[in-house]
Amino acid sequence: MAKRIDVSGLTAYYGSHKAIEDISMTVEPRSVTAFIGPSGCGKSTFLRTLNRMHEVTPGGRVEGKVLLDDEDLYGSGVDPVSVRREVGMVFQRPNPFPTMSIYDNVAAGLRLNGNYKKSELSDIVEKSLKGANLWNEVKDRLNKPGSGLSGGQQQRLCIARAIAVEPKVLLMDEPCSALDPISTLAIEDLIGELKERFTIVIVTHNMQQAARVSDRTAFFNLAAVGQPGRLIEIDDTERIFSNPSVQATEDYISGRFG
Amino acid sequence: MDISTQTTDAPPPTPQPTVTEQKRNARGATRPGDRVFLGLSRGSGILLLVIMAAIAVFLTYRASLAISKDHGNFLTTFEWNTNLNPPVFGIAVLAFGTVVSSIIAMALAVPVAVAIALFLTHYAPRRLSGPVAYVVDLLAAVPSIVYGLWGALVLVPHMNGLFGWLDHYFGWTGIFDWQGGAPRSMLTVGILLAIMILPIITNVTREVFRQVPRMHEEAALALGATRWEVVRMSVLPFGRSGVISASMLGLGRALGETMAVATVLSPTFDIQASLLDPGGGTFAQNIASKFGEATEQGRDALIASGLVLFVITLLVNGAARAIIARRKEYSGANA
Repeated sequence: MAKRIDVSGLTAYYGSHKAIEDISMTVEPRSVTAFIGPSGCGKSTFLRTLNRMHEVTPGGRVEGKVLLDDEDLYGSGVDPVSVRREVGMVFQRPNPFPTMSIYDNVAAGLRLNGNYKKSELSDIVEKSLKGANLWNEVKDRLNKPGSGLSGGQQQRLCIARAIAVEPKVLLMDEPCSALDPISTLAIEDLIGELKERFTIVIVTHNMQQAARVSDRTAFFNLAAVGQPGRLIEIDDTERIFSNPSVQATEDYISGRFG
Repeated sequence: MDISTQTTDAPPPTPQPTVTEQKRNARGATRPGDRVFLGLSRGSGILLLVIMAAIAVFLTYRASLAISKDHGNFLTTFEWNTNLNPPVFGIAVLAFGTVVSSIIAMALAVPVAVAIALFLTHYAPRRLSGPVAYVVDLLAAVPSIVYGLWGALVLVPHMNGLFGWLDHYFGWTGIFDWQGGAPRSMLTVGILLAIMILPIITNVTREVFRQVPRMHEEAALALGATRWEVVRMSVLPFGRSGVISASMLGLGRALGETMAVATVLSPTFDIQASLLDPGGGTFAQNIASKFGEATEQGRDALIASGLVLFVITLLVNGAARAIIARRKEYSGANA
């Protein structure tokens, strides 16, 4: 079941460089939250702190709290591996495992998590591919390599792989920036369906996309190059795009910077 | 003028290049720089083929002279008497020794090399991986005669303990049965060869593992894979063909290694069923130890054995290429 994310006072570093500073926000379950802001403002870094992927980067470390319902992801004794099994992620460039078939790609996460009977596995793979609106396109070639699909299909394969393990939250880091408009539309429709089951957070550079798919929008900015990124405001998407409460947000979405 | 980069809305009418012009453009040989470079690269390619052909012709010609005079069976005779008239010689013992010592070397070296490469690329902290990689490079720079001397003076005297242990626990298998002779046997040769081919396999494998795209590893991490699972799901499959290529480089060296084998092995012209009993020989070792005193006829026989080594190496390389090609569509190359 989808869970609420509650972030308070989160700061993330790359070595001695402070990338984002003092971010607090709440993300409601079964909603889509979009992160927008200029390049380098730390929205992807912040996204990666939500499933403890940030610390995978050499020198990456995090201060602050991220509550998933009531569990602190950064609490002592919390295993980052189990966090990532609860918080799934889809990346900017489609990254299916090149050496695996379509079927094995979707089953990869399940096989990590434990023992499934062959029939159970097939059912979940089918369900996940249907959930990612990919089933009809690949059902006849499940044993072909995933890297033979088009970019948009690969990205939906990655979504199928992520949702197969039934995460509580799905993070998407600019999932459409490498795709053509038609594939982008397919992913956006899919996001609309997936929010019935998951809490979704999406980073995007495309403000129309944020307006189309999200319920809430968070605007990030940084004072100057080299300064840490900060959360400027988070509000209902409609309000952010019509009548934001901070001038900087309005300048950004209307194309006037600084 | 390049037509394809026209960006104006209404391009001025440009005369279409004729078919021959297009052909010449496609071949890229119209400019002097291109022509020189084409000549150089094509020439190098042809040179390589000429050298290969020259070696093959030389080997085949001299070998055919020897084999036509051979009174034994060239493939199965357990004897090397080239001074008799007619001469009697066969490569069975040499082929066996060469293949067995190389198999031992590969079985020992490949897993260790892959483990070292994984450690250096995925486990070791950066300030440790640099120096360790440097030491591995140093190992590759040691001349093979030095390995041979070290093998004969240090490795051989220290093998008794291992041989006794193997004989005690695994003697019943036959291949680890030890009569108590000096440990100048195939197993010692194999161990020494393993040490010698370790650096080249490690270096190539490390380069391959380092090139595993970050996004493939993050894909596994984001699914909740542990570090070992990341290695198993992303790194090893991606590096598979590279590991095979690296192993082939090592195998090539093991098959052809001469001085180290000649220094450590006490050669005989028969096949030992046990890996621990001294005796046997390899192609390269046999050529090195007999070439100096060989008659014209003896040299031709040695060249014939060299031809067999050449063919074995070609077969092994072909097999490796076939393995890599069979799963090409699953390789990381098209990702």
